[in-house]
Amino acid sequence: MKQLLILSGKGGTGKTTIASAFIKLSGAKIYADCDIDAPNLHLVMAQNIEPKRTGYFGMPKAEIAIDKCIECGLCKENCRFDAISNENGFMVDPYACEGCGVCEAFCPVDAVSLKPAIAGELMLYADDNNVFSTAQLKMGSGTSGKLVTEVKKQMRTMASPDAKLAIIDGSPGIGCPVIASLSGVDMVLIVAEPSISGISDMERIIKTAETFRTKIGVCINKYDTNTANTEKIEEFCKEKGLPFTGRIPFDPEAVATINKGQTIVDVDCPAGAAVIEVFSSTMKLLSEESDGAEA
Amino acid sequence: MKSKGVRIAILSGKGGTGKTLVSVNLASIAGKSVYIDCDVEEPNGHLFFKPENIREELIAVKIPVINEDLCNGCRKCVDFCKFNALAFIKNKPYVFEEVCHSCGGCMMLCPEKAIREQEKAIGKVQEGVSGGVRVHTGIMNAGEASGIPIIKNLLSKSVLNKAIPVFVDCPPGSACIVMESIKDADYCILVAEPTVFGVHNLSMVYELLRLFKKPHGVVLNKCLDGENPAESFCVENNVPILGRIPFDNDLGSLNSNAKIAIRESERYKVLFSSLLETVMKEVRHETTINP
Repeated sequence: MKQLLILSGKGGTGKTTIASAFIKLSGAKIYADCDIDAPNLHLVMAQNIEPKRTGYFGMPKAEIAIDKCIECGLCKENCRFDAISNENGFMVDPYACEGCGVCEAFCPVDAVSLKPAIAGELMLYADDNNVFSTAQLKMGSGTSGKLVTEVKKQMRTMASPDAKLAIIDGSPGIGCPVIASLSGVDMVLIVAEPSISGISDMERIIKTAETFRTKIGVCINKYDTNTANTEKIEEFCKEKGLPFTGRIPFDPEAVATINKGQTIVDVDCPAGAAVIEVFSSTMKLLSEESDGAEA
Repeated sequence: MKSKGVRIAILSGKGGTGKTLVSVNLASIAGKSVYIDCDVEEPNGHLFFKPENIREELIAVKIPVINEDLCNGCRKCVDFCKFNALAFIKNKPYVFEEVCHSCGGCMMLCPEKAIREQEKAIGKVQEGVSGGVRVHTGIMNAGEASGIPIIKNLLSKSVLNKAIPVFVDCPPGSACIVMESIKDADYCILVAEPTVFGVHNLSMVYELLRLFKKPHGVVLNKCLDGENPAESFCVENNVPILGRIPFDNDLGSLNSNAKIAIRESERYKVLFSSLLETVMKEVRHETTINP
């Protein structure tokens, strides 16, 4: 099974719009939303079934038993995350605590213990035809990379052995959830936007993807909102030898379609027509043998 | 209008709704102000401000280094590390720097004192000026997992204690990195776009702000005629609407060329100064009822 991941660096360039269109066009039965911090794919890939929900435990959190605490202050002194305060007795701020266990190791009277903590929820929509794996990180939680890994694991485990293609919607940025989503995919399609900000962000996500030696393709969404910048992006790809898979115009119809919970290939619109072209060149690229890059 | 060093965070949940547009224009129209870009994974504010007299500082985290002469292979460090950043390979501990959280536990607990810490750069902060605005930018190195130490450094700058308003441009989402960015904010501005995606993510950051009891209001961006799902959300939840920015090709074009709209046109000057006035009024109101 080939795995195609869609990323962008900058937010709001159209990852989910393009991922949902790709799922429709390919008839992919296996897909996932790794933007666990702000998931949206489920809003367009309407599901008729209730998902199977599983609690996701991130790192444990320290707790101090007030009755055992002798107020020696060793925990607070050695915590690197400023997670322990001493206003009315020693207390742990669960949002600052990273679960490292230093406080527990230093406490001379065993007043500190690490307790499991729910950091989010995994959701799985699976029936005879489709497997859709997604999740929602609890607000303010860390360890988002680990949850992304779980989303992908859930998708792979449920996929039938003869499935050919999986499409994965990613998250913005270049940090831990993005790095976790890159691991093990066959190719990443970067959705660029022709703005100065978009170009800067695209260069940073490309650099990140290159660090993990992932095969890269680039397309441009809303290309006609700034044709000078569109040319700059295509020039950049040419210089770097990155395959370019096409341009999609800005299309008010696309926004309206998504707002109705449909994909842009469900209606006849300019953006939908363009995404068909982008899809076919992306699939061609995906099926090419990678030249020695790690899978 | 006098504002005394209030700290205003600008966030959105969904990416690309216009956080940076709102932040750079509010900071610019405020005259003397501080702008901080906490979107350290993809910082964009500096592209608009093009700050001058840039000073740079590297941001490093502490990574354990093992002295193999002193290590007796007791495995205490490997067993302790909750992040699996230490593995026991060929009877010696081996450090995986990318997953280390710099808690220091392995060093503190090593009975042979065989572990010391070494600084490893994960990015940098830059400071410069653009007109009356002091521009602070955090930039995380590609390939690093967490920019939180960079954000902590940005928000601890002494300039933040002066009596000028501070605008904090936050990363998208609602995870730990966003929480860190809004920690000391006096007021939060949510920037929303009129799409179902935008509203879904708006509702998530809205919950985050309620959880942390942060006073907040919404700026509706890219407003078109007709129904605005983000506006309906505000009405249903009694969230104050601070202002509306119309969907506008001229503004879009200035923005995509990284131009600061209020420095280019009188029209946007009027739009953003009235927005700033509303925001400051809300901030004063919040600080009087909840000092």
